Amino acid sequence: MNLPTGREAFEPRRPGSEDVAWCPGCGNFGIRNILISALAELGLRPSQVAIISGIGQAAKMPHYINANGYHTLHGRAIPIATGVKAANPELTVIAEGGDGDMYAEGGNHLLHAIRRNPDITVLIHDNQIYGLTKGQASPTTMVGMKTPTQPWGVFEEPFNPVALAIAMNASFVARTFMGYFRESVEIIKKAIQHRGLAIVDILHPCVSFNKVNTYAWYREHTYWMDDGPFDREAAFRRAIETDPLPLGIFYVNERPTFEESVPAYRKDKTPLWKRGPKLDLVEEFFESKRL
Amino acid sequence: MAEFKEDVSIVLGGAAGQGIQTVEGILTYALKRSGYHVYANKEYMSRVRGGINATEIMVSSRRVRAFVRRIDILVPFKQGVLSWVADRIGKNTVVLGERENVEEGFIEKVNLVEVPLTKLALETGSQLYLNTTAAGLIVGLFHGDFDAVEEYIRKRFGSKGENVVMKNIEAARKGYDLGVKLCEEKTIAVEVQKDEKVKDEVLLTGTEAVGIGALAGGMNFLSFYPMSPSTGVSTFAAQHAEEFEIVVEQVEDEISAINMALGAWFAGARAMVSTSGGGFALMSEAISLAGMAENPMVVHLAQRPGPATGLPTRTMQGDLNLVLYAGHGDFPRIILAPGSLEEAFYLTVEAFNLADKYQVPVIILTDQYFVDTYYNLPAPDVEKVKFERYIVEAKPGYRRYELTEDGISPRAVPGYGEEVVVANGNEHDEWGDITEDAELTRRMQEKRAIKKLETIKKNAPLPRLVGSENAEYLVVSWGSTLHAVEEALEQLGRDDVALLHFSWVYPLNPETKRLFEGKTVIAIENNITGQFADLLRKELGVEVQHKVLKYDGRPFSVEEVFDALKGVIE
Ligand SMILES: Cc1ncc(C[n+]2csc(CCOP(=O)(O)OP(=O)(O)O)c2C)c(N)n1
Ligand code: SF4
Repeated sequence: MNLPTGREAFEPRRPGSEDVAWCPGCGNFGIRNILISALAELGLRPSQVAIISGIGQAAKMPHYINANGYHTLHGRAIPIATGVKAANPELTVIAEGGDGDMYAEGGNHLLHAIRRNPDITVLIHDNQIYGLTKGQASPTTMVGMKTPTQPWGVFEEPFNPVALAIAMNASFVARTFMGYFRESVEIIKKAIQHRGLAIVDILHPCVSFNKVNTYAWYREHTYWMDDGPFDREAAFRRAIETDPLPLGIFYVNERPTFEESVPAYRKDKTPLWKRGPKLDLVEEFFESKRL
Repeated sequence: MAEFKEDVSIVLGGAAGQGIQTVEGILTYALKRSGYHVYANKEYMSRVRGGINATEIMVSSRRVRAFVRRIDILVPFKQGVLSWVADRIGKNTVVLGERENVEEGFIEKVNLVEVPLTKLALETGSQLYLNTTAAGLIVGLFHGDFDAVEEYIRKRFGSKGENVVMKNIEAARKGYDLGVKLCEEKTIAVEVQKDEKVKDEVLLTGTEAVGIGALAGGMNFLSFYPMSPSTGVSTFAAQHAEEFEIVVEQVEDEISAINMALGAWFAGARAMVSTSGGGFALMSEAISLAGMAENPMVVHLAQRPGPATGLPTRTMQGDLNLVLYAGHGDFPRIILAPGSLEEAFYLTVEAFNLADKYQVPVIILTDQYFVDTYYNLPAPDVEKVKFERYIVEAKPGYRRYELTEDGISPRAVPGYGEEVVVANGNEHDEWGDITEDAELTRRMQEKRAIKKLETIKKNAPLPRLVGSENAEYLVVSWGSTLHAVEEALEQLGRDDVALLHFSWVYPLNPETKRLFEGKTVIAIENNITGQFADLLRKELGVEVQHKVLKYDGRPFSVEEVFDALKGVIE
């Protein structure tokens, strides 16, 4: 059987993937198309890509794209993706999830992934709300928004992932709005090509639960930075702008990746699954314990 | 004159930071090299400085592997040691040391053999050499091989420069000569036969046995968050990471540790996490993911007393229920608990093969007592190590969760083959996509929780029976209590008492039930409720008539088991 290539290769043919659980009109569809284009334009094959997702509407992505996938636990996509990449650096590894997934439940992992710098791409579907659990506030929900569980209106300062990532000297930091197809494809391609942890905050409307941040709202309240990436200070200044929200690549910082730093690959690049135990060294260890 | 024969139990006690571990290192090494069987175990407080740390070393003419309560020679490095071990001091105990390290109340009561350790250390140049002097002294009592002491000092202090090495050797020599003199003067007489075979054996700790077992099992990824008493295994892996070319990473928390390891297994690595009860509690969500996604996993859990932070540096077999029930929903798992160091090696190797084969979490349960125990043993046979891989190629049409008769679906890894692999922690169809179909849900639940479990049970080894099948009494032990129970039974020497030891703890082969028929069952456990006895009732319907339980954070001694068994039987 000849497997298809290009964009078509990433269209799932499995029976269970036909029943898409996203609401009609949801921004997740746009993100899916952007991601498929980016992967196809990079000339990748589905078997070379692994999409690791958490839990939430956004996290259902592995079922709607034909690539290796692991739909895991709420908040845990990043450590799992880190493990996948470290076990097989030949794979293109993408961690995906919503803003609740990555910034709330998984917040600690995001911080430490920035420090660890695995060569993975983290795509955050930022709809500023919890979708799957039906409309509670997320860490990026705007102050004053009323929800069924915050009927008095949200008073917490919204999480600023871009500023946070730059503050921590992350390797690649960008923000886009999925309503801009071509620009988003280019950003995601660059994120995937970047060596090191790439964080892309992708704004997208939740048509079912977020009546404030609509398609029109994102168009009106965002603008494209005409240059960038910037040096760290300038990037940070841009990152703390809130209205309109700047879009584009803020910051790129080349530094050694996790996989490059572990002893496993210093001499030998073979993925771990092809390796066996070094029994001669085990034998040597026992010899040293005879003395 | 104090006389000791066959086996001598030596306890050295001092403050954390006083170098008790150095003494332990020199003694076990040098005495083994001299041809004596040795066993050592330590007891320490959860603090970095001060408090009381004690090391017990048994030196014997036969194989010794268990903790005994009795102390023959006690070497105190500070006041407070005698009170700390007061209940282990008997009328034959000799206190070897300096008067100022013996508390007032004990001076009259114990056989004190005064030795000027501090003076000898100062003659060498500093109080710092006290521990090496003391180690030399003990080796001298046994007329041990001084070359071995030198060798150890070179190995241990070599990096600190020639002067440090020379000074330590000098200090040890002074101690050694004094030890020999004490014997010549007939102050102390030690009579332990040497066994030439011992020299060629290896000296291992529980930590090393698990660590090297993992490496022999092909472990190439370890993620961890430090927690006593499990950290030793992670340290071991880190220290061997360069030569074995593996990934070892200290991560932000236990949640990350296990999830990272799950990702590594998903991509085909052989991964492990090493933790203790509190850390494992945080991992239980991911254990459940491993169950649903049929993601292999190996966890080493070194138990310490709980609940919560409990006693951080002490021992208990209290986490069996935790690992048995961790995770929500029904899914199989395998629980192993090595009883001997040999077993720790082979079982850890096996853990990786089992995880790979059955695609379930495999938990290796040890405890503080076990990981900190040393003894000499014949080197495990590396030729016996089998590396079993069960990875298939993802060919077109591949289904990660194919429904099979034995409940085991072929596992492919991303990047091997043209087709993709979709794993899922949600209920899924055969391809790995989400399903809410009632019929399919039923079949998937049955595949994981029944068919696969049955397959594992059927292939589970039977426990080890020591003694006669016809014995009236059956003593049941699991994990780290093995040697204490074995030695107690040997001393008891009764044909009507047999031992059934479980190192494969769960799931149990149904055939096991047969071994209990018509017996009076006595369970020995280092916990307060008899968690394993409960498991026997639940799994096999076996009633345990007597439980011998210990739950003060200390291990069973041979004497304790002996007395308890006598009490039950007579
Ligand atoms: C440990 C855990 N806690 C809570 C949940 C319930 N839960 C599922 S999705 C979700 C939030 C989803 O929001 P977000 O990550 O923003 O994704 P979206 O659905 O908006 O795409 C929560 C709280 C869960 N599945 N697991
Ligand atoms: S709930 Fe919102 S985010 Fe989720 S699919 Fe529906 S519209 Fe999209």
